[in-house]
Amino acid sequence: MVNTVNLVKIYQSGGVPVPAVRGVDLRVEAGEFVAIMGPSGSGKSTLVHMLGGLDARTSGEIWLDGRRADTLGESAWALLRRQKIGFVFQFFNLIANMTVADNVELPALLAGASPREARERREHLLGALGLTGRADAAPAQLAGGEQQRVALARALANKPSLLLADEPTGNLDSRNTRDVLKLLTDVHRDGQTIILVTHDARVASLADRVVSLLDGQIVDDGAVGTFRRRPKGTAGDVVELRG
Amino acid sequence: MRPFLLALLAKEPAHGYELKQALEQIFGSAYPSPNIGQIYVTLGRLEKDGLVRAVDVEQSNRPNKKVYYLTAAGRDALDAWAEEPAEGPRVRDEFFMKLVLAPMTGIADRMTLINRQRRHYIALMRDLNELSERTDPADRVALLLIEGAMLHLQADLDWLDRCQEDLS
Ligand SMILES: Nc1ncnc2c1ncn2[C@@H]1O[C@H](COP(=O)(O)OP(=O)(O)O)[C@@H](O)[C@H]1O
Ligand SMILES: [Mg+2]
Repeated sequence: MVNTVNLVKIYQSGGVPVPAVRGVDLRVEAGEFVAIMGPSGSGKSTLVHMLGGLDARTSGEIWLDGRRADTLGESAWALLRRQKIGFVFQFFNLIANMTVADNVELPALLAGASPREARERREHLLGALGLTGRADAAPAQLAGGEQQRVALARALANKPSLLLADEPTGNLDSRNTRDVLKLLTDVHRDGQTIILVTHDARVASLADRVVSLLDGQIVDDGAVGTFRRRPKGTAGDVVELRG
Repeated sequence: MRPFLLALLAKEPAHGYELKQALEQIFGSAYPSPNIGQIYVTLGRLEKDGLVRAVDVEQSNRPNKKVYYLTAAGRDALDAWAEEPAEGPRVRDEFFMKLVLAPMTGIADRMTLINRQRRHYIALMRDLNELSERTDPADRVALLLIEGAMLHLQADLDWLDRCQEDLS
């Protein structure tokens, strides 16, 4: 599904080169859910932006569905995103002069859905994220956590085969995080591929695999294991878990 | 368990089995249910320390039962317990010791230790997630306990990031 070969991004900042991603080889299979973790500044956002064609690579290759993508121009990337990529930005990027409902329906319409399909999909997604009552609001009227959930709904509106998300729970309290976790679980079960940057261990623990970045390089990459003290544990075991 | 029993007895005198039932009812699945033996042993110690006293109550066609009640000294001990802030979580845990000592012993490099520990924490988090799914939504106490464990685990994980940044 997604494959990168020696992917490099070097920003220029006031004439000084800033290496943000330094030789990443990442292979993600169709239907896989991969969480990307790592300290702030380790290159996580840069990496997912490049995978979505939102930031040009300095060198290396990006392959999507067996096709070379890093050599595509902007309009070809835009088409690819419309057809199969949903992107959740760390800072939402909602369209300010459109309602929440329109923000979410737009990508579905652009991908060729009928107005009715787009509306039904929007109603389903806003419902799942506890936002039904906010459909007619403007993004600026929403709290940060609400905007973040709208951004996730928008990214999922065209049923993308690849969901790229940059810290999609960074502004949520634990109840809203639970809604997002549930939706991500459904999306994963439906077979959509997910690559998601997160600090939140609850989100990461849903993934099939966790990739850790440090200074622009992968320092760990492995399946999420299972840990079991007892097959039928109760909350009482938490006392024991925490010593 | 001592302060729990003192707290229950501050509400009303009770015999051992009633205390066991009350603990189960209050904590739900959030606290491992103590066995009746543990409760009697603890009551015996509290009695020896003068914090509770027992009276024999006659029962028709059954052996007498011992009903415990709180003494003034017990009340003071309970107040002192309630007023004192609880100990914070420990940061100098076993992992920290490994991290500090690893380079000296050559057993593993720090990067490997940190990566392994991160995987372990995420697996623990997955277990807590599943536990919280399985827990009855009405059991607020149990859910809060699980959420507390998750927040601690998250802090541990954030701290691993800091270790990795500074020690690499
Ligand atoms: N547009 C930019 N211009 C210059 N440097 C940048 C730019 N975007 C990111 N960087 C730098 O690249 C590095 C990686 O940033 P980023 O990918 O945002 O990390 P993360 O998402 O892991 O916090 C950081 O050192 C950051 O300062
Ligand atoms: Mg970032």
